[in-house]
Formats: sequence, C-alpha cells, structure tokens
Amino acid sequence: MGVDHRKLGIWTFLGSEFLFFGAFVAAYLLYLTTTAGGPGVEIFDIPFTSISSFVLLMSSLTMVLAHHAHTQGDLRRMRMWILATAGQGMVFLGGQVFEFNVFVREGLTLTTSPFASSFYVLTGFHGAHVFIGIVLLLSLYTFSLTGKVKPGQHLKTEMIGLYWHFVDIVWVVIFTVVYLIPEIAVLG
Amino acid sequence: MREHHESRRPRRRSTGLLLATALVLAGCSGDQSALSPAGPYAQDPHDLIVIVTVIALVVFVFVQGLIIYSVVKFRTRKDDDGSLPVQVHGNTKLEIVWTMIPAVILAVIAVPTVQMIFSTMEEPEDEHLVVEVIGHRWWFEYYYPDFDVYTANEMVIPTDTPVRLEMIAGDPGHSQDSAVIHSFWIPALAGKQDLLPNHTTFLNMQADEPGTYLGQCAEYCGLSHVNMRARVHAMEAADFDQWVEEQSTPAEVPDGGPEAEGRELFHDLGDRQSCAACHQVWEGDGARSPSQGPDLTHLMSRDEFAGAIVDLDEETLRQWLADPNSIKPMQYEVNGIGMPDLDLTDDELDALVAYLLTLQ
Amino acid sequence: MSNTAEKTRYSGRPSSDKGLVSWLTTTDHKRIGVMYFITVLVFFTLGGIESGLIRWQLAQAEQTPLTEEIYNQVFTMHGITMVFLVVMPLSAAFFNYLIPLMIGARDVAFPRLNAFSYWVYLFGGIFLYSSFLLGGAPNASWVGYPPISTEAVSNMGFYAVGLNILGVSSLAAAVNFIVTILNMRAPGMTFMRMPVFIWMSLVTNFLVLFAMPIIAVALFMLLADISFGAQFFDPATGGDPMLYQHLFWLFGHPEVYIMILPAMGIVSEILPVGSRKPLFGYAAVVFAGAAIGFIGFGVWAHHMFTTALGPVARSAFGLTTMFIAVPTGIKIFNWVFTMWGGKLRFHTPMLFSIGFVSMFVIGGLSGVMHAIVPHNAQQHDTYFVVAHFHYVLFGGALFGLIAGVYFWFPKVTGRLMNEGLGKVHFWTWLLGFNLVFGPMHMSGLLGQPRRTAVLPAELGGTVELYNLISSIGVLVITGSALVFLYNLVTSVRKGQIAGQDPWDARTLEWLTESPTPHVNFYAIPTVTQRDEFWHRKYAEDDAGRAVAVPAGASEDHVPEDGSGSGDRDTDGSAGDAGHGDGADGEHIHMPDPSYWPLVQTLGFFPAGYGMVYANPWLFGLGLLWLVVGVFGWINEPVAEGDDDEPEDAPTPATAAVR
Ligand code: HEA
Ligand code: HEA
Ligand code: HEC
Ligand code: CUA
Ligand SMILES: [Cu+2]
Repeated sequence: MGVDHRKLGIWTFLGSEFLFFGAFVAAYLLYLTTTAGGPGVEIFDIPFTSISSFVLLMSSLTMVLAHHAHTQGDLRRMRMWILATAGQGMVFLGGQVFEFNVFVREGLTLTTSPFASSFYVLTGFHGAHVFIGIVLLLSLYTFSLTGKVKPGQHLKTEMIGLYWHFVDIVWVVIFTVVYLIPEIAVLG
Repeated sequence: MREHHESRRPRRRSTGLLLATALVLAGCSGDQSALSPAGPYAQDPHDLIVIVTVIALVVFVFVQGLIIYSVVKFRTRKDDDGSLPVQVHGNTKLEIVWTMIPAVILAVIAVPTVQMIFSTMEEPEDEHLVVEVIGHRWWFEYYYPDFDVYTANEMVIPTDTPVRLEMIAGDPGHSQDSAVIHSFWIPALAGKQDLLPNHTTFLNMQADEPGTYLGQCAEYCGLSHVNMRARVHAMEAADFDQWVEEQSTPAEVPDGGPEAEGRELFHDLGDRQSCAACHQVWEGDGARSPSQGPDLTHLMSRDEFAGAIVDLDEETLRQWLADPNSIKPMQYEVNGIGMPDLDLTDDELDALVAYLLTLQ
Repeated sequence: MSNTAEKTRYSGRPSSDKGLVSWLTTTDHKRIGVMYFITVLVFFTLGGIESGLIRWQLAQAEQTPLTEEIYNQVFTMHGITMVFLVVMPLSAAFFNYLIPLMIGARDVAFPRLNAFSYWVYLFGGIFLYSSFLLGGAPNASWVGYPPISTEAVSNMGFYAVGLNILGVSSLAAAVNFIVTILNMRAPGMTFMRMPVFIWMSLVTNFLVLFAMPIIAVALFMLLADISFGAQFFDPATGGDPMLYQHLFWLFGHPEVYIMILPAMGIVSEILPVGSRKPLFGYAAVVFAGAAIGFIGFGVWAHHMFTTALGPVARSAFGLTTMFIAVPTGIKIFNWVFTMWGGKLRFHTPMLFSIGFVSMFVIGGLSGVMHAIVPHNAQQHDTYFVVAHFHYVLFGGALFGLIAGVYFWFPKVTGRLMNEGLGKVHFWTWLLGFNLVFGPMHMSGLLGQPRRTAVLPAELGGTVELYNLISSIGVLVITGSALVFLYNLVTSVRKGQIAGQDPWDARTLEWLTESPTPHVNFYAIPTVTQRDEFWHRKYAEDDAGRAVAVPAGASEDHVPEDGSGSGDRDTDGSAGDAGHGDGADGEHIHMPDPSYWPLVQTLGFFPAGYGMVYANPWLFGLGLLWLVVGVFGWINEPVAEGDDDEPEDAPTPATAAVR
C-alpha cells in the first residue's frame, strides 16, 4: 500500500508483459529445430550479439544513474544519463537491424520456416519494446528541457526506468534461451 | 446457389425420412447417436457416462431441491412483522461438508475415468485390422494397407474384429500442403478423434453387429464441413473378405459404346483438366495410388458419394459432373479445393456417366 | 447524473458537462459505465440477430436459407460478438460504474485511460463488423484454429486484428481496475471488508491481465501467417497447429471465468439483499473465487481431449477440470444457504439471481460430464457442448449481469425499473432460454455436430423436433428482450423514484444519492465493517438479530448542504487531478474531460486495416496517430498522472487504515 497509482499500474502492466514474452519464448523453443531445410541456430553470431547485449545491459546502469540524478534534483546530470541510455538502446537496435540484414542475406527470412518466424517475431517484438523505450526516454529528455518534467518529479524517470529494466531483463532471458543455450546444444 | 440447394435438399429429405422409418424398424442400427453404442469402444464410455449422469442428476435434484425449498419456505409472508431474520454469517462445519462431499464424489468418478482413458487408447491386443484414414476437404479417404485397397466415404469393416484407425489429414493427395484438421466420428462405434496435418493419430473401433453406422466430420474444417459425412458398413467376416476381393480386382475396360467414349474423356478432356489428373481408376497395371480426388475404381460399389451426402445414382452423378457446387459448395475456383466444374457438354456428360456406371 | 461540482476550467481541456461533447470527452467512470452498457445493448442485438439466423437455418432439416458460406460467417460472428462484445464489456460496464462507488472512491485510478478503454472497445467492435462490408466476415469460428484460419477465404485477418484491439481495451481496463481496487479503497476498507463483487472484479481483472497477453501472442502469430507469410502454423514447413490451440485455450479457459466471475460477484451482492441476511460464508466465497481463478489456468487442454493429446495429458487435464467443481460448488452452497433462514423478497434482481444459481448448476454439471474424458470424445463438438456453454454463459453470466442491471438501475437513474415488466421479462427469459438450450443436450447426444450449416435429415425426426423447439425458443427470448428494452427505455423517464436506498442494501454505493452525484461521495466514508452501509442502518443484538439503528449514525455521510467531515480529502492522491468545488467551496478533485482518448483511439482504424491488408503506409499512419495521441495526452494541462505535487506527498486513502 502507499504505492503511487502510476507505479502500481506499471508493475501490473509489466506482469502482463511477462506472459506476453513467455508465450513467444515457448513457441520459439518448440520450433528450435523446425527449420524446414533453411538455416537454424548455427546462423547466430554469438560474439556479435554478446556485445550488443552487453551494451543493452549497461544501459540499465545508466538508467539507474539517471534516476538517481533525478532524485537528487539534478536535471542536468539526469538528462545526460538519459541520453546515454537512449544512445545505448539505439546501438542495440542498430545491432539488431544489422543482424537481421545478415540473416536475411543468409537465407533466413520471416517466411523461411517456423523457426525463422518465431525468431523474428520474438526478437522483433523485443526490438519494438526497445524502440518504444527510446521514444519514452527521448520524450523525457525533451520534457525535462521544456519544464514539463520538474526536478521534484522523479517518479516519471522511475517509471520509464522500470519499463527499461524490464525490457533489459527480458533480453537477458531471450539472449540466453534464444542464442546461447541452443547454440551450445547444437555445437556441443 | 440457393436454387441448386433446393434441387438437392428435398430429395435428400425423402431419403432421410425413409431412412428414419427404416431405423425405427431396424432398431438402433444406423443412427448417429452416442446413446446407442454398437461396439465395446463406444459401450465402455457410454456405461461410464450413464453412472456420471445419474450422479449429476442426483446433485441436480439436490441443489434445485434446496433452492426451491428455500424459496418456498423462507419467502416473506403476508403477515410478516417486518423484523429481520437471524443474521447468520456462516458455518465452518457445513463449509467443510460441502467441500469434502463433492471432492469425494469426484475422486470416485476419477478412478474409472483415468483407467478408461488408457484402456480405450492403447493398441488392441487381439488381432486387428488396420485402416488408414485420410481427411480431405471435404471427404474421408480410406486405405487398407493389408490389401492395398483405396476407397472413400464409406468404410467397410468386419464385425467382431477390432479396427485400429491410423489417421492423418492431407490435401491434396497426401501432401501436407493446405491440409486442415478434421475429426473422424462414428458415434455408435467410438468417440471422435481429430486428424491432424502433420501427426498421425489413432482410434480404436469395433462393431458387434453387421449394419451401417453413420458419422460426420466433427471438427470445423471450413466451407463444406457439414457436407463431410462418413459411413461404416460392418459385415460378417465372409462378406468382408468378398468385399476385399472385389475391391482388389482391376476395373473393367469397356470395349465400345458410350462407355468407352467416356473412358477416353476420363483420361483426356482436351485443354481442360482430365478426370484422371485427380482420380484413379485402376485397371491392373501400375500401382494403386492416392490422388487428389476419391479413388473411382469401384465407385458404384458405394451407396453414397461426395462426402456421403447424396445417394449414388445416375441422375445425381450427372448433376455432380455438370455442376458439383450445386451438391456441395467447394469454391474450387477460389482455393483449388474439391471438385472443379469442368464445363462438360451434354454429350460428354452422357458418356462420362455411362462410363462411371460401369465401375462396379 | 447531475453534475454538481463546478469546474475550474483549464485551457485546452473540454469543459462542457452537458450534450454530446460532454459524453464524447467524459472521463467520469459513471458515464463511461453507461456508455459501455448502451453499446453492449447494440452488440447484443446484433449477436442476437445472428443467433436468430442460426436458428432459422436449423429450424428444419436440409434447408439452407443461408448458404454454407454465410452461415459460417454468422455463427463465427455470433460467438465473437457475444463473448468479446457483449459479456466482457457488460462486465466492464459494472466494473466502471460500481468499483469506485463500492470502495468509496471518486473515480478510477486513471480516468482518461478508462475512457480510452471504452473507445477502443467500441472501435474494435466496429472494426470487426466492418468486415461484413469488406469482403466477408471471419468464418473460421470464434476459436479460429489454423490451418483453416490462415487461409485467405477465412477472412480471419479481421479476427486476429479485431480481437487484439479489443485485447488492448481489456488490458488497459484491467490495469486500471486493479490499481483502483488496490490503491483507492476508502479508509478502513480492508481486503476482507471488500464487497464480494469487488473481490470477483479483482480476480477477474488479474485473469484478464495474465490471459490477454497469451491470446495476443496467438493472434499475432496468426496474423503474421495470414498477412506476412510467416510459418507458425503451416504444416507444410513443420508448423504445428496444436501450438495455436494450446495458446488459445490457455487464454480461453481463464476467459470463461473472466465471463462468469463478475456475474458471480453480482449475485453475491444481490442474494444477501434479497434475503435480508449477510452472505453465508463470505471468506469461503472469496477464496473459492480466487481458487477458481488459479485452477482456471491449469485446465485448458480439456478443450483438446480429441486432439493428439496422449493418455497421460488427457488424464491430468481431466482431473484438474473435474476438481474445479469443488470451489464452484462451495459458492453454490453458500448462495443457497444465504437464502436459507432468510426472509426472501422476490424483486426482479433477486429472481434473476436465483435463476442464475439454478441455471448455472445445470451448465456446471454438463461441464463435469465433459471432463469424463472417454465420453468427451462423444460430446466434443456436438450440441451437447453448445448446451453446456450457453447454460453457463446465458443462464449464468447473462442472468447474473441482468440481475445487476435491475439492481443498480435506480443507482444510475434514480428510478426503479418497472417490477411487473421485470417479472414478465424474467419468466419469459427463463422459459425461452430453456426452450432454446435444453433440447440441445439431447440433440447433441443424438449426434448433432456443431458448426454445421445444415441439419442433416439423417439424424432423425427426434433431432429435428429438438431443433424446431430450439428455434421457437428464440422467438420467446426475442419477445422477452423487447419487454426488457421497453422497460429500460420507459423507466429512465417514468420509473418510480427510487430514493437513496430502494432495496435496503448493504454496500457503500447506496450511501450516496441516486442518481449518483458527480463527485460520488461528498465526503469519503470511513469503513468499519464489511457491509458498511447495512451496519450503519442496523446493529446486531446478541442473538444475531438485527435491530435498526436510529438514522444519522452515518456520521461521515454529508448531505447536500455539504458540511463535510475531516476525512474528505483522503483520496487526494497525486493521481486524480482536475479540480472541482464542493458545495462548501472546498476542493474536490474530479478528473477533467478530455478529447484525447477518443481522438487517439481513432488511430486504431488505420493501424488495424494496415495490418489486415499488410499495407505499411496505412499501418504507419495508424502508428503515428497513436503516438501523436500519446503526446497530446501527456501535454494536456493538469490531468491525472501529472505529479505537479511533490513526490513524497502522503499517498492514498487506504494507507491510513492498515
Ligand atoms: C462462463 C463460462 C463457462 C464456465 C463457468 C464453464 C465451466 C466449466 N466448464 Fe465449460 N465451456 C465454456 C464456458 C464455460 N464453462 C465454453 C464457452 C465452452 C466451449 C468453447 C468452444 O469450444 O467453443 C466450454 C467447454 C467446456 C469443455 C470442452 C468441451 C468440448 O468441447 O469437448 C469442458 C470439458 O471439460 C468444460 C468443462 C467445464 C467445467 C468442468 C466447468 C466447471 O467450472 C463447472 C463447475 C460447476 C459445477 C460442477 C456446478 C456446481 C457444483 C456443485 C453443485 C457441486 C457438486 C458437484 C459435483 C459433485 C459434480 N467446458
Ligand atoms: C454469452 C455468450 C452467448 C450468448 C448470450 C448466446 C446466445 C445465443 N446463442 Fe450462442 N454461441 C456462443 C455464445 C453465446 N450465445 C458462442 C461462444 C458460440 C460458439 C461459436 C462458435 O462455434 O464459433 C455460440 C454458438 C451458438 C450456436 C451453435 C452454432 C453452430 O455451432 O453452428 C447456436 C445454435 O443454436 C447458438 C444459439 C444462440 C441463441 C439462440 C442465443 C440466444 O439466446 C440469443 C438471444 C438474444 C436475442 C434473440 C437478442 C434479442 C434482442 C433483441 C431482439 C432486441 C434488443 C434490442 C436492443 C437492445 C436495441 N449459439
Ligand atoms: C481438380 C481435381 C479434380 C478433377 C479434375 C476432377 N475431380 Fe472428381 N473429385 C475431386 C475431388 C477433390 C472430389 C471429392 C469432393 C468431395 O467429396 O468433397 C471429387 C469427387 C468426385 C466424385 C465422387 C466420388 C465419391 O466417392 O465421393 C466423382 C464421381 C468424380 N469426382 C468424378 C469426376 C469426373 C468424372 C471428372 C472428370 C470429368 C472429375 N471427377 C474431375 C477432384 C477432381
Ligand atoms: Cu472435415 Cu469438418
Ligand atoms: Cu474450458
């Protein structure tokens, strides 16, 4: 009790999101080897994705710093960390776009196989979440400049942070389940 | 499409009525009811559900009795003094009672239920016949691997022998392309079992008495789902052997007259798709093989056709060839499913029908 | 619905409180509830007309007044309409109107989000129905199994997108109601003092929260297959149609409890009032409801007993399914014993509530019969199943919800519905309903399959007779529905004035005036007991006998003159801004109206059609529209969700009490 409406709302919403991604991950696992002759998990470039995953992971850190700055009422530092977070998000997204392009050239498209469909739709939806997160961060940045977001209102930063951390955590799960474990299983 | 239906429906209605009277006379054989099981695989679940129904009825009577009693007994009477009734908030003992009793009842029902799930699904121990069932839009195809026989719509089985159906959905031919889910269901012989596009499922069936058992595709499969009916003819072992014998002989090749002409057309319709592109009439050479449409080698040995929805006679056959959609909407033009309208001329129709009638 | 509070006006926010614009821009939970209700009436009529067409087609054997093609669209739309456009939103209508009132709050946590939910629901419904004009409605049944549903001829793109739009509505509403219930209860309203309806609403909205994303996933996959050539369910490349079935029912079974629990909540409120006794075993009813919600997630495969499920899975799901009868039974017996020993008054809401208990038991028992797996193979996809789910949905959910309509109509309008007509409605409704669906038990066991466009004459004369009876029953229901409609329309103007407490009720919503004033409560009540309102009227003596308390005991209920008590502003959370003046000049925070929910949600049309027709431009336009909408929303001056007040201001009402 005593939690702000909006914070409770975000938590509730994120509870729902967990099942959303859970169902996609389940589908992906079901289709792990259903490649219809097309490329399978061996196509993944683990080192590359590890790096972009690391960047995304680090963005959680900057997000924390941004929130901390905001609680201190330091909007200038808060803005800096917000930009850093959004920037890392963009790097991650760029990596994903690049990765998708490579995969498509190697013959893995949405229509290739159930494996391909579930890979693209799962990671694509995650990418969309990152994208929304970036839009939120940039809006926060702008609003803090225009005075719409005031030094005392760190709840806004906190909520966007909650969302951002969630998207991050989901990526940790996806990276492990989608990339790492299958790849190890196939190679080992 | 409406008037086409009207031309078809009234005729069926009379068949239906006839059938209904026949049923009444012949007892229960031949209907599509889950209440008149005609073999062990239908009988066992039936006996179980009778027990459960009785329990359900007891619960029903008890609960409705309580409701009616309360309504009558505790209604506010005319001479009510306006005071409030005793404010009871609950009673833990009662609470426990009506948690435990249903739980116990259900536990008792659960035991035979689980046993029967296993006993009805496992492969029969006795010697049994295997029939492969392939679900198409919108007809069932049957293949007897032991005898290399194909037939459609009407399955023939020997009595007193367990039959194990191995089922899959496939359209066209047996390919998985554009196959959809169906469900094979002959209530008097067994419960239903779905046919899936990429996965073989099994169903056990057995008929105790000779007779015809009605059924229907029970999983919604699109436009003509309703027109995907099924039959099982159960016959004594000797009759069954004879049936197999007949089905295993090649079709006779007519040696003249319109029948021979029809055979020509069957294999060559000029720039239109030939019948043989989708139907096999096996004349002894080569293997019998599945095709996009039903095997027609012994077409006339069947009573009904087109998904067992109409009687197989000259007139209806002609209508089918002239305008298949009037008997069964299929929309071949839109999605390539079912039997196309091949714009046959009257002469062609005469010849083709004459030929088909020779396929005894 | 008089609007007593005069508002401080903010530039950029609509301010009228009368006329069309005030309805289009309202963020008042009461008005939104009413709008839900009226929209539901329209969709119910459509769904009813569709069911009439179904029954017309099946009235006689071998007739096809509708072609197979049309019939398939009609039964599909009937199912979708009744489930997603009638029962669920009708429950939402009650959530909207009642949750804030019953917990002693002034509005929901996010008023604009609430308006958003409504408009999304309306537009989702219109979107679905627009398919009739755009090449045909969906025709692969309300469960939409692939592979048929992925074929172009099935028109299921509209289904996949339309249901997802409606899902957005439900999800937003669920978040809103959950936060409202958890955060905005009046001081003293602990969990175990919440009315059962609130409990059931909470459980239901958690079910929505966890079930909706699952169907969203299933529908996105379906859409990807339909519109973008993905391979999720295409057997040709190894796609597994069973995956869809699992996902659908993992949502679908909780969904049926989403439909029944609100009705159970309503009945749990009405039966005690009609019996003049508290609910028997409050705690048991609450826990049973929560248990049903939990177990509800573990039974889904009972819709798939005839698929490729192996014997172990069949057994497991058969068992879990059966045992859901236990918590349900607890509720049934508690309701019956609520009546036991009471002094029953048979006003229309009470009649419908008793009807609910009685009819639901029939549907529940046939449900248990489905769970007898070996025989499920005989019942599945026959009219026996159709009978089952109409008994629980119509005899259950709809009876309960209609009971609620009669019960709270005076709360909304200040007038009672006509009792005589109400009784006519009840008895014809009961009769018609049983005529329609009773015979289906038999015709199903006699072999009539569902989703079939023609009644085959082969099934025999008995089955034909049953079908004829069913079809005649629809006429009775239609007549009955017209009586109901007439009663609704005339009672709004001419009904007998209800007064504040027409039923001698028990819960907080009756503590305030009827029709409910704009601010709901002039002063937020402090709750000291379960059934607070009742206890302000009566005290129990040692023998458990209730005696009336002299009027005026309700110390914090401030009449019109508005001499407020101290706990007035306890809901002044940062959330609900918008300011109104109480009669005494004190600030009461009421949400401002807003254009944005309406304007923004219109973006779902381009987005939706863009997805159905795989048109990136249209989709992009819709997306842009929605995003711009969000910014319009954020930029609106002072609204809920704007923390102009410092962060660490004391938080909501309820904190005070624990
Ligand atoms: C409001 C909606 C609702 C509710 C509440 C229920 C409740 C139940 N349902 Fe139902 N069901 C549907 C809506 C609902 N259902 C729908 C829409 C379908 C079809 C979907 C489709 O295919 O289109 C369906 C289909 C369906 C099936 C699949 C049928 C098939 O297609 O083969 C099954 C199978 O087990 C089932 C079981 C149950 C059970 C066991 C309950 C239980 O919760 C019922 C429990 C209640 C009682 C049992 C009565 C009260 C209890 C007592 C008085 C105690 C004593 C009782 C005993 C000892 C038995 N339902
Ligand atoms: C809550 C849900 C609900 C409700 C209330 C109903 C109500 C009715 N249903 Fe429904 N039905 C479903 C949910 C529901 N149904 C579902 C989920 C399916 C499965 C679909 C599928 O297989 O995919 C189904 C399928 C279904 C079938 C099987 C179709 C088939 O398998 O081929 C049939 C057949 O008779 C049927 C009949 C009816 C009838 C006669 C009513 C009647 O009781 C309706 C009565 C209502 C009216 C007659 C409307 C009257 C109102 C007016 C006339 C005026 C009011 C006016 C204003 C407010 C302006 N329904
Ligand atoms: C494109 C494929 C195709 C062609 C060409 C075609 N058919 Fe068919 N035919 C079918 C299919 C598919 C069915 C099954 C339809 C159903 O029952 O749903 C069928 C059914 C039939 C049946 C009913 C069989 C039964 O037992 O139900 C007959 C008879 C028949 N076709 C004859 C012909 C003749 C004669 C021709 C040529 C003039 C012909 N068909 C050409 C596909 C075809
Ligand atoms: Cu095949 Cu229905
Ligand atoms: Cu269910």
